[in-house]
Amino acid sequence: MMTLIRQVLDAEQSVRTRDGAVDLANSKLVMDTMDEYGLEEALRLREGGIDAEVIAVGVGPARLREALRTALAMGADRAVHVETEIALDPIALSKVVAEIARQEQAELILCGGQQADWDSQALGAATAERLNWPQVTWTSALSLQDSTLTGKHDVDEGREEFSVALPAVITTQQGLNDPRYPTLPNILKAKKKELRSETLEQFQVQPMVKITGEEIQVKERLRKILDGKDAAAAATELLHLLRDEARVIA
Amino acid sequence: MILIAAEHANGKLSRSTYEIVTCARELGREGPIAILILGKDVVGAAAEAALVADQVLVADRAQFAQYDAELWSAAVAQIASEGEAHTVLIGGSRSGREYSPRVAVRLDAALLEDVTSLRFAKDAVSAQHYTYLARVTEKIETPAKTIVATVKPGSFAAAAPGSNHAEQFDVDLNLPERRVKVIGRSLEKTARISLSEADIVVAGGRGVGSADGFTKLVEGLADQLGAAVGATRAIVDAGWRPYSEQVGQTGKTVQPKAYIAIGISGAVQHLSGMSKSKIIVAINKDGDAPIFKVADYGIVGDVQQIVPALIDGLRK
Ligand SMILES: Cc1cc2nc3c(=O)[nH]c(=O)nc-3n(C[C@H](O)[C@H](O)[C@H](O)COP(=O)(O)OP(=O)(O)OC[C@H]3O[C@@H](n4cnc5c(N)ncnc54)[C@H](O)[C@@H]3O)c2cc1C
Ligand SMILES: Cc1cc2nc3c(=O)[nH]c(=O)nc-3n(C[C@H](O)[C@H](O)[C@H](O)COP(=O)(O)OP(=O)(O)OC[C@H]3O[C@@H](n4cnc5c(N)ncnc54)[C@H](O)[C@@H]3O)c2cc1C
Repeated sequence: MMTLIRQVLDAEQSVRTRDGAVDLANSKLVMDTMDEYGLEEALRLREGGIDAEVIAVGVGPARLREALRTALAMGADRAVHVETEIALDPIALSKVVAEIARQEQAELILCGGQQADWDSQALGAATAERLNWPQVTWTSALSLQDSTLTGKHDVDEGREEFSVALPAVITTQQGLNDPRYPTLPNILKAKKKELRSETLEQFQVQPMVKITGEEIQVKERLRKILDGKDAAAAATELLHLLRDEARVIA
Repeated sequence: MILIAAEHANGKLSRSTYEIVTCARELGREGPIAILILGKDVVGAAAEAALVADQVLVADRAQFAQYDAELWSAAVAQIASEGEAHTVLIGGSRSGREYSPRVAVRLDAALLEDVTSLRFAKDAVSAQHYTYLARVTEKIETPAKTIVATVKPGSFAAAAPGSNHAEQFDVDLNLPERRVKVIGRSLEKTARISLSEADIVVAGGRGVGSADGFTKLVEGLADQLGAAVGATRAIVDAGWRPYSEQVGQTGKTVQPKAYIAIGISGAVQHLSGMSKSKIIVAINKDGDAPIFKVADYGIVGDVQQIVPALIDGLRK
């Protein structure tokens, strides 16, 4: 089982930009929560009796090792870090991930349903296509028996129950599980686990998409905030503003 | 050719398809605009498409009665390569965002996700989209010859039908077998207007106190306004409301004319799903709640008192 780990800005932190680009140099980065769901699910499958290694894979700069160490401390058996400062778009990145999956003879890949930084939903599907595997996205419940996955996932109009035979790519959704925290003994144990470094060159990929600018959007808001001590008066005033100033109600 | 993979429902083209047509017309890249319709019983949708496209390609067959990522991506990629499409445009719905990466890989194309603008100039395609939980607007560019883009709903005006009637063609497709089996589905139906189409959304958070509080306050106000209802993850997790109503990072993204947040603190994951709303109204007892930072109008007060007063005021 392979789980993909990305490191993103802690959601509690505000985004800063410098010279028209997001500046993460001094920001706190954490494992993407959507990726934590994937790792946790792999650990649960293993603990539930599936005889397979859990490998955490990350592609990115040197500091991504912190997140991979966390993955090991949560319980992954080993980790692979493809180190690069080059920002790969998900389609380019999927080539690297698919190649590692082949090398590792993975049969199940778990990855985040949506990235908390680039808001992308593409990596799981692109990887599945490169491997010619099926995919299930936005998965909120999963079980595995005799090489068949069953579970629930979200679609445009609601929720579906599915079944699919391995190999497959699963992308995560909230509700799938509650990721565990690494305990101190496990953090210490993780220091001895294998964290292999690879270079990007061997994969021969080039980004296809380039970022040319990043800007923080601040829509000026009116911020007319009324005191609600007198509920009736405040309600009357708000309705007046919505009708006659904003003109959003009749 | 610019190939548009239509979104349609109940024999009619969805609004998103008309928006994508506008995106295609404004792209500034040569070639006819073709609309591909995959589905079962799509005669009506095809006729509508003929009024806005240069060509309509139709695959009306039982296999397409139900969406599947592999079938859809195989069909769209095949038609795109046969038609030598340089641009493939797909809706930014959950399904569109799910199968589009497979199309991009098949075509060795660049993928631009959830774009709010798209332009071709000087041999490159540039686009904008939101990143960092919709806090950042990112400009991206690709020199790739072929691009696949998903178009964020609500970002372009809907194209008006013209007087031309484009020719319709039936297409032959080599399709893979379905590998993901759907063994059950629960489609969350609501008598209300859907979250993505509503002009006004009334949303509730933990501050409404209980599932009953939500019914009384949030649904009560929505009834008066003909609005859709939304919820925070906190109350979806608590089981007060179905997931289909959740707004935010892991729920739906909405941009109505007015978003009324009742007892919602305004966590960034929630804001990510509604911060592009035209007008934001907040009611919260805590004047320091982050939701007020993005609000145009608001009341600091107890929702149990303020919201009934609003409902009363609207009844009058
Ligand atoms: C589609 C896409 C989406 C992205 N979204 C985000 C995002 O949401 N948040 C975010 O923080 N970053 C994002 N990035 C990455 C972002 O563009 C920056 O590259 C990253 O933040 C590092 O910036 P930098 O200025 O430190 O490095 P850069 O100056 O961009 O480059 C770092 C190093 O990589 C090399 N390099 C850069 N691009 C290329 C290339 N195309 N080919 C070869 N070498 C190259 C440079 O030579 C340099 O040595 C995205 C990138 C892409 C392609
Ligand atoms: C990976 C990830 C994804 C997430 N995705 C989403 C998402 O898609 N959508 C989402 O909403 N959240 C999401 N969250 C959760 C998010 O971080 C917040 O926990 C959640 O939005 C809080 O919901 P809330 O505002 O209802 O509750 P709270 O934060 O508890 O806020 C309740 C508010 O009600 C007010 N209040 C209480 N009583 C009253 C009263 N009587 N009158 C007036 N006001 C009152 C309080 O002052 C408070 O501000 C996500 C979190 C993570 C980690």
